[in-house]
Amino acid sequence: MAVQVRVPTILRTYTGGAKLVEGTGDTIAALFLDLDSRYDGLRGRLVTGDDGSELHRFVNIYINDEDVRFLGGLDAKLGDGDEVTILPAVAGGSADARL
Amino acid sequence: MRFDSLADSVGRTPLVGLPRLSPSPEVRLWAKLEQNNPTGSIKDRAALWMIADGEKRGVLTPGATVLEPTSGNTGISLAMVCRQRGYRLVCVMPENTSIERRQLLQMWGAEIRYSPAAGGSNEAVAVAKRLAAENPDWIMLYQYGNAANAQAHYETTGPEILEDLPNITHFVAGLGTTGTLMGTGRYLREHVPGISIVAAEPRYGELVYGLRNIDEGFVPELYDPSVLTSRYSVGPKEALRRTRELVQEEGIFAGISTGAILHAAMGVAERAVRDGRPAEIAVIVCDGGWKYLSTGAYAGTLEEAEAALEGQLWA
Repeated sequence: MAVQVRVPTILRTYTGGAKLVEGTGDTIAALFLDLDSRYDGLRGRLVTGDDGSELHRFVNIYINDEDVRFLGGLDAKLGDGDEVTILPAVAGGSADARL
Repeated sequence: MRFDSLADSVGRTPLVGLPRLSPSPEVRLWAKLEQNNPTGSIKDRAALWMIADGEKRGVLTPGATVLEPTSGNTGISLAMVCRQRGYRLVCVMPENTSIERRQLLQMWGAEIRYSPAAGGSNEAVAVAKRLAAENPDWIMLYQYGNAANAQAHYETTGPEILEDLPNITHFVAGLGTTGTLMGTGRYLREHVPGISIVAAEPRYGELVYGLRNIDEGFVPELYDPSVLTSRYSVGPKEALRRTRELVQEEGIFAGISTGAILHAAMGVAERAVRDGRPAEIAVIVCDGGWKYLSTGAYAGTLEEAEAALEGQLWA
């Protein structure tokens, strides 16, 4: 499965400054392993635990704008042409957008 | 309707149908008009509950100084309540929030301390925590971790929606402090088996995510993901498009965060139509559009409006 991955500014040191990279994998976990083979160290910033079995608490991953934590987490399935977005967790806006 | 004071009139907002945006008679959208609250946003509920809770616990005493990190609406709500009850209010807000918000806060008597634009609300929270440490007699209500924030919605927003829409199947709201979704979501889950609780989270421009390190991230203490069914990230372009559709099709002039919520709700509605399932979807309208006019959100083409929002906290 070939997917497009959006990389946030603070992680672009791992992608040579690239904002958009390509990756492959049937799941988010597989995609991270694939990305790490080309962008050494990136996976280590996204997952935690001895075997990297958990998503980092302050990292949000979205498949086509849906949060993967509600799609099976690292086991969330990927389809050809999906868009994956990586974002750091930050304080929300206000009016429930709102503070 | 008659009330003893303005604060007593918080809540009991109308739930209105969106007949032109609803895809079919079996899949319907309903908007909860929170701009009808006294200061014009859903935050009046949380502000009133947090102040009342502080008084009940004895931490808020006459003449107290209240401190809060807020990019606008919560501050405006708190300023109204604090003014009436004789508290001083200090708000910490990012310097890139709209001019209307600053003027409104000052009008109601709040003092403003600014935090750097880079780092967004995260930085405002950090600055507020620092001020709280320097001024131990100030009371930080801290909407991100104050249970009274979610409790306001558990006791008011949830019951109001269920009363007006007993056959509700989906509740869609914005995710910021998470108070609306946690409180309303818990109440609805307890009373409506199988209900979907859907979060729409605003996705800002790059500047707002200007952390130095992933480990500086922030998740509100109130957040409990088990309350949610799904969570969507909505960018400025979709939020703006839906904000404009809402006023053009249904005559509701709402803030931009409401556009993000409507976008997630329209996705939910389309899926229900595709699956051939009826749906009654309640959507939160957080506030009116007045405070966002200077952002350029309502003028020119969508592309121009999107460019104007870059780097701003639009929700």
